Amino acid sequence: MLKIGPYEFKSRLLLGTGKYPNFDVQKEAVAVSETEILTFSVRRMNIFEASQPNFLEKIDVEKYNLLPNTAGAKTAEEAVRTAKLAKASGLCDMIKVEVIGDQKTLLPDPVETLKASEELLKEGFIVLPYTSDDVLLAKRLEEMGCHAIMPGASPIGSGQGIVNPLNLSFIIEQSNVPVIVDAGIGTPSDATIAMELGADGVLLNTAVSGAEDPVKMAKAMNMAIEAGRLGYEAGRIPKKRYATASSPMEGMSIS
Amino acid sequence: MELIINGDRVEVPATITTVSSLLQHFGIDQKVVIVELNQEILEKASHHEATLSDRDKIEIVNFVGGG
Repeated sequence: MLKIGPYEFKSRLLLGTGKYPNFDVQKEAVAVSETEILTFSVRRMNIFEASQPNFLEKIDVEKYNLLPNTAGAKTAEEAVRTAKLAKASGLCDMIKVEVIGDQKTLLPDPVETLKASEELLKEGFIVLPYTSDDVLLAKRLEEMGCHAIMPGASPIGSGQGIVNPLNLSFIIEQSNVPVIVDAGIGTPSDATIAMELGADGVLLNTAVSGAEDPVKMAKAMNMAIEAGRLGYEAGRIPKKRYATASSPMEGMSIS
Repeated sequence: MELIINGDRVEVPATITTVSSLLQHFGIDQKVVIVELNQEILEKASHHEATLSDRDKIEIVNFVGGG
């Protein structure tokens, strides 16, 4: 079970809802992913085209825990406002704090992320900050009271996979709250590696929505995350330099 | 009455007096929308008692796809 604040989840996959080819594909991808947490962004509504469907209307919101993000915020103040807007929907109390400090790399601004997280914790949110893989920053966020830490694997949407497994493993090792590897996942094996490192979950979006067949990839990610988790729990064998025979040496009929 | 909605000037009939009636006017009262009136975020339950005046600044936001 993945426990975040007061919530418990069977699935360790958190799925983004951006950039799918269409709602039908998205709905099926969400279903086969078996995710229980869907991320969303908060944006101005086009009130003159109110008949335009919204993905929220296509799903049973009771079945999912909504995780709105503060994407678009460049400062703590903007992130806090976005979070409060999201919460006023009455649909959710979790928030993915995302304060982007650089438009080219979309890497998070650590100082503003800390400030926004602190403020939102005071306001009673369940706070999941998207952060860089800085080990001490992760520690500070946990000490502050964040309910999960979400270090990036590599830049958002880059599909580069896990570029610094060492830092991620340090973060996982020290954390007493769930660590969810967020951003940069490209392939199922990337997700598996994150889980084998001991991550409690993986948050991804583009890897599925941008795949040639998003439904198939959603299924693959579901299986990859489960496989990685099982492998982590099972405990891998130590690496050795030379071979060790799996077959017995005794009783061979050739001499 | 003129309102500033999502940064644009919008002329609405004078019969619209509350946030609830404004949402009805645009046909979005049944949708998941969040309203900010003059920089104050409104809880859904208070939409019907939030009264509107000329030149009020309103933000109407919703959830869209994102990661």
